Amino acid sequence: MDHGDCSETLHELYHFLDGELTDEKRVQIRQHLEACPPCFEAFDFEAEIKQHLAQKCRDRMPDDLRARIARAIGHAEPDPAAP
Amino acid sequence: MADQATFAEQAMPYMDNLYGAALRMTRNPSDAEDLVQETFLKAYRGFGGFEAGTNLKAWLYRILTNTYINTYRAKKRKPDETDLAELEDLYLYRRLGGMEGAMAGRSAEDELLDLFTEAEVKEAVEALPEGFRLAVLLADVEGFAYKEIAEILDIPIGTVMSRLHRGRKALQRQLYEFAVARGLADPAPGEQSAPANAG
Repeated sequence: MDHGDCSETLHELYHFLDGELTDEKRVQIRQHLEACPPCFEAFDFEAEIKQHLAQKCRDRMPDDLRARIARAIGHAEPDPAAP
Repeated sequence: MADQATFAEQAMPYMDNLYGAALRMTRNPSDAEDLVQETFLKAYRGFGGFEAGTNLKAWLYRILTNTYINTYRAKKRKPDETDLAELEDLYLYRRLGGMEGAMAGRSAEDELLDLFTEAEVKEAVEALPEGFRLAVLLADVEGFAYKEIAEILDIPIGTVMSRLHRGRKALQRQLYEFAVARGLADPAPGEQSAPANAG
């Protein structure tokens, strides 16, 4: 494998992962990843980290806070006692 | 002009996201509640100024971030991110990535990152210096584009990329330290970790 391609791919890895490359560049990097197992492994690991971050940094707003804010922003809950 | 009566319907789907972001910013549930409540109130009052059809999520996060910076940001100066020594790229992969090589199948790699608990991942993000933390939060947790992050934080796009690049490495270093502390990895030569329990 051309080491120049590997070096460039690793340099652009995050821009690729972030979807911030031009179409032309993205195709170029993707083609290298498909052809180069070591680069692909590194890419795959970084993609997993990003995914884990998104999945694990989740929180649910407490119900009482949700209700309080909802009332304050004019969100009317349907009255359960109404016909 | 956006119709204030529709604000709740449009903005409430983002409640959990904004609350989570507020927790990562303030690192304090009580402040997070105040911050997110204030954010929704400001957004509600200012909704007439929101251009319908544009990115509501980014608009809400801009209000959240500005409110955080103006009200809740720690007055005490934390170490600036420029003080941190330069970390190498693929920090975690270079240290843990080889482990799946010894295990068969892709599922082993999934298991490896699964070993980090939700609490550890949140703690790792919250340990980041503020500039890095906001960038990583907006990019990796919330999925905003560089341009959107630049607008939310009111910084140049080059600064977004730089903070992301360095922030991600700092985050990976933190995760690595958790792995070492739990005995999942050995500290590399020359790297110090907190002394493990005897044995």
